[in-house]
Amino acid sequence: MSTNNNIAQARKLVEQLRIEAGIERIKVKQYFSSLFFPLLVSKAAADLMSYCDQHARSDPLLVGVPTSENPFKDKKPCIIL
Amino acid sequence: MRSPLSPEMATQEVPLNETLAHLKTESETLKLKLEEERAKLHDVELHQVAEKVEGLGQFVMKTRRTLKGHGNKVLCMDWCKDKRRIVSSSQDGKVIVWDAFTTNKEHAVTMPCTWVMACAYAPSGCAVACGGLDNKCSVYPLSLDKNENLAAKKKSVAMHTNYLSACSFTNSDMQILTSSGDGTCALWDVESGQLLQSFHGHAADVLCLDLAPSETGNTFVSGGCDKKANVWDMRSGQCIQSFETHESDINSVRYYPSGDAFASGSDDATCRLYDLRADREVAIYSKESIIFGVSSVDFSLSGRLLFGGYNDYTINVWDVLKGTRVSILFGHENRVSTLRVSPDGTAFCTGSWDHTLRVWILMC
Repeated sequence: MSTNNNIAQARKLVEQLRIEAGIERIKVKQYFSSLFFPLLVSKAAADLMSYCDQHARSDPLLVGVPTSENPFKDKKPCIIL
Repeated sequence: MRSPLSPEMATQEVPLNETLAHLKTESETLKLKLEEERAKLHDVELHQVAEKVEGLGQFVMKTRRTLKGHGNKVLCMDWCKDKRRIVSSSQDGKVIVWDAFTTNKEHAVTMPCTWVMACAYAPSGCAVACGGLDNKCSVYPLSLDKNENLAAKKKSVAMHTNYLSACSFTNSDMQILTSSGDGTCALWDVESGQLLQSFHGHAADVLCLDLAPSETGNTFVSGGCDKKANVWDMRSGQCIQSFETHESDINSVRYYPSGDAFASGSDDATCRLYDLRADREVAIYSKESIIFGVSSVDFSLSGRLLFGGYNDYTINVWDVLKGTRVSILFGHENRVSTLRVSPDGTAFCTGSWDHTLRVWILMC
C-alpha cells in the first residue's frame, strides 16, 4: 500500500517538476526575445533622425514654401462686394 | 545525498532537481551580466546621438489669420482634411466651423452644456464630434444648407460617467475614440452608439489621446492626471506600453509622424519624447525659464519641430533632435489651450483662453 502511495507521490512530484521546467524554459525564451526589445536608444534615435532627414525638404514649417503655394501667405484679402 | 524515497525515485528526482537549480542559477547570472552591459550602452539621450546633425537657423513664424467669434475661452480645435476648415469649441458651449482661408464662420452649434473640451472633424469633412461637461460625445452632420439647424440632426454616441476630455474619429466616420475624466478611454460605433472596446488602466482622469498613423497599426496613446502615458491595442483593449516620467498631469500627447515615438506636454512645464521601440523617454524639452504648464503639442510634417502651447500665453518651438528651443512666439493674450498642425503641414493653428484662434506660418 505504502509503495503505491510513494509511487503516486513520486509521479506527482515529477509532474510538478516537469511543469516548473516548462515554465523556466518559457522564461528563458522570453528573456532572450527581450534582448531584441527594447531597441538600443542609439538605434532607435538613428531611425528618428533618418525620418526627419528624409522628409525635411517637404516640411513647409521647417523650410518654407513659395508664396504662390501657401494659401495662408497673404494676409486676409479684401472682400470685393 | 540519498533521498528518503525509494531507489527508483532517487535516480529520477535528483538529476532533474539539480539540473533545474543549476539552470536557474546560470540564467540569473547571465541575466545580470546582460543587464550590466545594456546599462552601459543605455546612457544616451536623443540629443547626444543627434550631435552631428546640422542645427536649425532662425525661425520667424507669424500669425496670418485670427479667427474671432467665440464668446469665451477656446478649449479645443481640429483641422479638416481639406486643410482649410477648422472646428473649434469653447467654454460657452459653442462649436464653430471656420473657413480658415477667409476667416468666415460656416457653421455654429450651441451645445446644451458649457465647457466643450473636445471637438474633432470627421475624415470625410461631413461631420464634427464634440463634448465636454455633458459626459457625452455627440456627432453633428454638417449640412450644406447654412440655414439648417445642426442641432436637430445631432447624434449622441459616447456616454461616460465624467467629462469628455478628448475625442477623435478613427480612419473613417464610423468610429470614435474618446477619453474621459472617468479614467477610461473608449471606442464607439457612431451609427449605433455601441461601445466597441473600453480601455482601463489609468488611475485618474484621462486628459488626451492620439491615434497612431494608419501605417503603424491599430494603437493609440493616452495621457492622464496619473502622470502616465499609456499605449493601447485597439482590438484587445490591452495596455501594451506605459511611461511614467512626467512629474504632473499630461495634457497632450501626439505621435511622431513615423509612428515610432510620441511627444507629451505636461503641467510640469516640460515636453518629452518617448520612443516606442526603445521603450523609454529619449528627450526632454525644457528650460529653467519655462515654468508654466504645456497644454498641447504637435509635430511639423518631418517631425523635426515640436510646437508646444503653454499656459504663459506663448508657443515654444523645439528642435526635436537636438532638444533646443528654436523659437518663442507671442500673440495670444491668455493661455494657449489647443494647438494642431494642418494636414499638409503648411500652417499650425492655436486656440486660446483669449477667445481667439490664430493660424501661423513660417515667414521666409
